[in-house]
Amino acid sequence: MSLISTLARLEAVESGRAQPLATVRHRHLSARPMVLVPLTTAGEAGAPLGALVGTDPEEPRLLVVAQPRDRDLRFAFLADLAEAVLPYVDGFGDEVEAAEKSETDPETGKKIKVEVELCADAPQLIVPSRAGIEYVRLLGRSMRFRRTAEQDPQTPYPAPPRVPLLGRWLTHFGERARVPGSSLLLSATDLLNRHWATGQSSLEDQHLGALLAWIDAPDGESGAEAALRAELGRDRDGQLLCPPAGPATDPAFDNRVLAPAIERYDRARLELAAAEDGEAADERLAELHRAEREIRRLLLAQMKPTWDAVWRSVELLRGLPAGARVADRWTRDRWSFTGHRDRVRAGEPPQPRRDDAVTAAQKLAARETAQAQLEAQEALDDPLVLAGRRLSGEAFVAEVVEVTMAWSESKRPSPRPLLTVRTDDLPHLAERAKVFRSLDGKPQTAEFVRGEEDGSLVLRVLDRMGRAKDPAEGSVPEKGERIAWTLFEHDQRGGPKLPDPEETPWTHGGPPHADTAETPDPVTSEDLL
Amino acid sequence: MSFDPAAEAARATRNILADTLHGQARGVVVDSPPGAGKSTLVVRAAIELAGAGRPLMVVAQTNAQVDDLVLRLAEKEPELQVGRLHSSDSDPYDKALDELEQVRTSSKAGDLAGLPVVVSTAAKWAHVKNVEPWAHAIVDEAYQMRSDALLAVAGLFERALFVGDPGQLDPFSVVGAEQWAGLSYDPSASAVSTLLAHNPELPQHRLPVSWRLPASAAPLVSDAFYPYTPFRSGTGPGERRLSFGVPSDGSGPDRVLDEAAESGWGLLELPARHTPRTDPEAVRAVALVVRRLLDRGGAAVSERSDAPVPLTPDRIAVGTAHRDQAAAVRAALAELAVTGVTVDTANRLQGREYDVTVVLHPLSGRPDATAFHLETGRLCVLASRHRHACIVVCRAGVADLLDEHPSTEPVQLGVTVKFPDGWEANHAVLSHLAEHRVAWAP
Repeated sequence: MSLISTLARLEAVESGRAQPLATVRHRHLSARPMVLVPLTTAGEAGAPLGALVGTDPEEPRLLVVAQPRDRDLRFAFLADLAEAVLPYVDGFGDEVEAAEKSETDPETGKKIKVEVELCADAPQLIVPSRAGIEYVRLLGRSMRFRRTAEQDPQTPYPAPPRVPLLGRWLTHFGERARVPGSSLLLSATDLLNRHWATGQSSLEDQHLGALLAWIDAPDGESGAEAALRAELGRDRDGQLLCPPAGPATDPAFDNRVLAPAIERYDRARLELAAAEDGEAADERLAELHRAEREIRRLLLAQMKPTWDAVWRSVELLRGLPAGARVADRWTRDRWSFTGHRDRVRAGEPPQPRRDDAVTAAQKLAARETAQAQLEAQEALDDPLVLAGRRLSGEAFVAEVVEVTMAWSESKRPSPRPLLTVRTDDLPHLAERAKVFRSLDGKPQTAEFVRGEEDGSLVLRVLDRMGRAKDPAEGSVPEKGERIAWTLFEHDQRGGPKLPDPEETPWTHGGPPHADTAETPDPVTSEDLL
Repeated sequence: MSFDPAAEAARATRNILADTLHGQARGVVVDSPPGAGKSTLVVRAAIELAGAGRPLMVVAQTNAQVDDLVLRLAEKEPELQVGRLHSSDSDPYDKALDELEQVRTSSKAGDLAGLPVVVSTAAKWAHVKNVEPWAHAIVDEAYQMRSDALLAVAGLFERALFVGDPGQLDPFSVVGAEQWAGLSYDPSASAVSTLLAHNPELPQHRLPVSWRLPASAAPLVSDAFYPYTPFRSGTGPGERRLSFGVPSDGSGPDRVLDEAAESGWGLLELPARHTPRTDPEAVRAVALVVRRLLDRGGAAVSERSDAPVPLTPDRIAVGTAHRDQAAAVRAALAELAVTGVTVDTANRLQGREYDVTVVLHPLSGRPDATAFHLETGRLCVLASRHRHACIVVCRAGVADLLDEHPSTEPVQLGVTVKFPDGWEANHAVLSHLAEHRVAWAP
């Protein structure tokens, strides 16, 4: 934890209110995000229990699995989820703008510009917590290899038509969420934690209710008290006042409330099946519906507070103006969305179960680049973030006290002006260390020449001054200017090009075998309940 | 049976060169403990491979390592033509290379084609495309190279000799890579673990003798960090000695210096306290120890020369865990008018060698023990840079801290468990240091 966030946490403890960690919003927020609050069944990996989903805070769509162990009900739930999510995702697929992409020409091997489509906007999914992101990934994995009756008439348990497609999309969202700074799939807790520091531990910060209590505490109550109530407060029946944000449910709810309701539902189903005449069947069907309605009511009561909390988080974040470079990162998300849209439309198979060696290395490199870029961009967008970097010696704000013109010693001398700057910061500058400042949104490089006796620093400006002997207008800082310099680069160079997967070298096991790809797991006796 | 370090080391080297030059396997892996003559081996193997007429590329991890290798090659075999492939940044290589006639430098691999040996960093090699593959490669510091870096260069060579120290810091990634944990080609793992996962039949050798570590340090480092692959020191007890011209003034720093001169280890223990990372008292204590080391006219006797050699600032290093700690120590040294002493983090001290090291213990003053601070390799690097003595400055209470923070990293299926873990190694080193403890007194 950086010094400045430690300080913010201390201040939060003292004041009883969360303290800002940012002055601008560092993540893109869609004008029309889709919120998904999933619940899972305790002790049954990947068996959804219910969900609230939708794009309107006033109109959540409630999806419930009355008996989570019933495969047909589970499929019905997933089909309903696909019905809710896919039209939203597809809605962004057709509105496109023209864009250019550089590709390698297969014949000449040269880089060429290709005209391609780029979706004008992309869907955004918001879940309550990090566990929710994991759950989206899990749902994606459980669905994308399913076969529908249309794809494979022989399959013993065919999935409803759109379920495998939903699996592919959720997998894509889950995978994209691993890219630092991406915003296709966000969690409310991560969003809030990025922008506010509370007076509790980072583990406690994963509890959406407690986190919001610090940030948005009721008047006259301290954040700590409100957070404690959100975490532990229970009503007379022993139920949590603020149900967990899921996907896991509270054991007290499971045991005392949910289990009896499911039992009643099971009983009603058995009795309906045993009904001997029409009249009895009608009556028992009504009882079954009552039991199902009761489960729906109970689950809604568990999920509704979380649903409201996620929308409240979105509202709080909308109160912050977006950082200047946030749109730039969102464009990358749009590229990612467009890319997957194209793969789906081209009829490509679902994402493989495991990445091959080359794909894994490419993803890691891309994420490391994104991480470095995110850190730099956040500091450039936000003086409060920059202050943290200044405190750790990675940046400094300095006033120019003198500008001395100088030129490089070559046949065609280029300007290499020397700046004497004064700063109160303590940057970790080594000899000839490079420093960067933002000039019209582009980085300008200087190198550290020496420190003077009086504590001022001498920098030599190296680039962005035009091709002429005299520097271009406005490209050299002037006396009296206060400039933020960073020791880290603003842009990231992409890594080297890796071999094609078919050319994976012997050190990494050689090319992947095509025949072992994409067969689903064989069904074993343990798969059947 | 008596142990002849020189003969043992020579035998190991012979076997390695035989496998490399005449073996059938595409790769040979050599594990080398700290200071076991890894660089000497790389230079020798390079010269022999080039002598056998096999075009050779050498992959090192940093520009400093590459320059150092080229200089060593030039010194050992002045006739050998060496190419130094470098980046197109400004000032990409050591200017000393320009003085050497047999060294050709270029930023384009094509310019260096046909030279018997071409040396560069893994990062630069990764950008080399569309060239005839080299018959042989030597990959230096292979345990510090990431699997994805090897993936990017492995297409450039037919066969390779991988050399490295498994006990030093593992490569790392600034973003999570858990999703690939357990895969044989996990891109964030070390190049050697991927290589051996796919090619388990490759011959593996190790160098059995550390020429750097003194007889007082080799057993501890070997037991604590290399329990299954023990090594010995090249020198015996008493062959290395440290003495001071000025007697002790009875202060903590002076007494710990005497202890370290006597036994090779010293622990200067400050009172227990939770502190920020740049603990001002501990930083000041480190600086004072260095100041006194120079003021007291230290002199080192070793197998390298008969007469005592004065301990100069360039033979001393200070090691820390974090960069801000290093910066704080540098500032404190400047206040005491000490110049020329290397101060750096464990990551940057890898592969370097000094007469005396002063270490700010990674866990000193901490309220918790994270995976970063417990990492085995970090402590191993810090405890194995010295030829004579190592002095550790630390707050009391680290043993209790360790007991309160057992390793809680999740166990990943398919990942080889590293043994010993940092927790175990830290305890081993700490209990040894406790025998050389000196309480802080100004």
